[in-house]
Amino acid sequence: MKTSIPHIASNTFREAVRDRVLYNLIAFALLLSGAAILVGQISIEIEKLVVINLGLTAVSLFGVVIAIFIGIGLVSKEIEKRTLYTVLSRPVRRWEFIIGKFFGLAGTLTVNTFFMAIGVFAALFYVSHRFVRADALIFVALYFIILEFLIVCSLSLLFSSFSSPLLSAVFAFSLFVIGSFSDDLRNFAGMAHGVSRWLATGAAYLVPNFSAFNVITSIAHEQPVAGQLILQNTLYALFYAAMVLSGAVLIFEHRDLK
Amino acid sequence: MSPELVMPSIEILGLEKTYQVGFWRRRPKQALRPLHLQVEDGEIFGFLGPNGAGKTTTLKLLMGLIFPTSGSARILGREWTDPGVKAQIGFLPEQPYFYDYLTAQELLEYYGQLSGVPGKQRRHRIGQVLHQVGLRDVQGLQLRKFSKGMLQRVGIGQAILHDPKLVFFDEPMSGLDPMGRREVRDLMEQLKHEGKTVFFSTHILSDAEALCDRVAIIHKGEVLRVGAVDDLTSSVRGKVEVIWQGTQIPASIKALGAECHVTAEMVRAILDEKQQDAAIDALRRDRLRLISVTPVRTSLETYFVEKLRHAETSAGSIAGGV
Repeated sequence: MKTSIPHIASNTFREAVRDRVLYNLIAFALLLSGAAILVGQISIEIEKLVVINLGLTAVSLFGVVIAIFIGIGLVSKEIEKRTLYTVLSRPVRRWEFIIGKFFGLAGTLTVNTFFMAIGVFAALFYVSHRFVRADALIFVALYFIILEFLIVCSLSLLFSSFSSPLLSAVFAFSLFVIGSFSDDLRNFAGMAHGVSRWLATGAAYLVPNFSAFNVITSIAHEQPVAGQLILQNTLYALFYAAMVLSGAVLIFEHRDLK
Repeated sequence: MSPELVMPSIEILGLEKTYQVGFWRRRPKQALRPLHLQVEDGEIFGFLGPNGAGKTTTLKLLMGLIFPTSGSARILGREWTDPGVKAQIGFLPEQPYFYDYLTAQELLEYYGQLSGVPGKQRRHRIGQVLHQVGLRDVQGLQLRKFSKGMLQRVGIGQAILHDPKLVFFDEPMSGLDPMGRREVRDLMEQLKHEGKTVFFSTHILSDAEALCDRVAIIHKGEVLRVGAVDDLTSSVRGKVEVIWQGTQIPASIKALGAECHVTAEMVRAILDEKQQDAAIDALRRDRLRLISVTPVRTSLETYFVEKLRHAETSAGSIAGGV
């Protein structure tokens, strides 16, 4: 039997495009061009630093917001509107539906990031009038941001497979915030004693370690990223997303669609 | 075809569904009692019942949208959970809602892909189905601009797109105007003519009476009766209907205790079967022109209402007894 994953993924992508999700690019473009013009006028030497920091942070935040707001409705909205009935009554297995949705959302975010990246490079060129070799490091930061999106997409899908959109949004945002400060959680675990140490250590390993993906500041300062970190982050993101998606599939496989 | 190769399209073997309700989900609520049902190949089968009887629950179980508490089913000779079965069945849910950002053509394209219909054949079938459900002129319009009736047509289109052997329709006439209902009836008859099996749920009994070879009556999750429409409606209760021309009612017919209804040009009398000859003699004596004498048939609606009332009374007396 042929897989339905590509069809479900492309329909998810089409839905995002038609629901004008990519319109966020306009807001992003306005923000970045405004910032570039502003820093070009008020700062000396640090324009590039500001543009890279602001641009990449905006790419990450815009993407996370989209991943959560689309992701939380991917399954629950289909159940609520009963569009899922005519899909699952066809030769489509439930796991294919979840994986297809995941790839559709990940694809949307990758395309979105691609256009935003063009915006970042354009702003960078506007303030520094040329590109240097170190600017290629921005690609590493963008790659890490996409890896981060894969985890956020999988988490949103997991929550969407059993919870309402509102609760899913709360869970996903909470995990994103906690995950962004996971280094602090690990430090706390190191300092704690007894049961709280065990609990904090467990939580630190359970929540996604988003801080490992944040290399924006070091890249803005033209500091290179170790190849080992790239490999480590790639494996971590793929493993984490796969685990979370397995959980979503497991829940969805046994769920009654009332 | 040899008789041993003819297998029922649907065999439901004790499918049962109980939901756990309440805050702690500990209170059981039986949505469907063990259901045993067989639908033969090539028939139009009506699944009748009032709202909340368990019709949609049964269809959802068969489609794998919800899971049974116990029991199993076979569809087209295979386990109903077999994904391969789904390529050969079509399903129209009740009050369907589709991806409203798609056009009718794009939606059918998507569903055709999911059903595994090859590209060239898919394009041909989409054109054919859009024509069949009367949406060819609006195929490029986004579904968010469609009326309820048009969405129902799209729903029927997607259910038959991949040329399934067996079609499930959940309340297919819902939301349609009289013309639309007539078209759906014609379509179902056409599907039957093409050798397909149609299983449809409805609470509109005139549709079932006009279309179905057999029906099942379900009430509160329990099947009360399964049978051919003719068998259910032919229970003549010893009454005949005598119609004659004119507006005059002979006294001798009144004396027979006939229930008479006078219209502009004829009189319709319902009386006991035993008094049929006496009534005809009376009409001859008074030189009135007899038009017809026919046995009174119970309509499916009457049968249905009586069956439901009987079920309610039985349940009440059992509860009272307890």
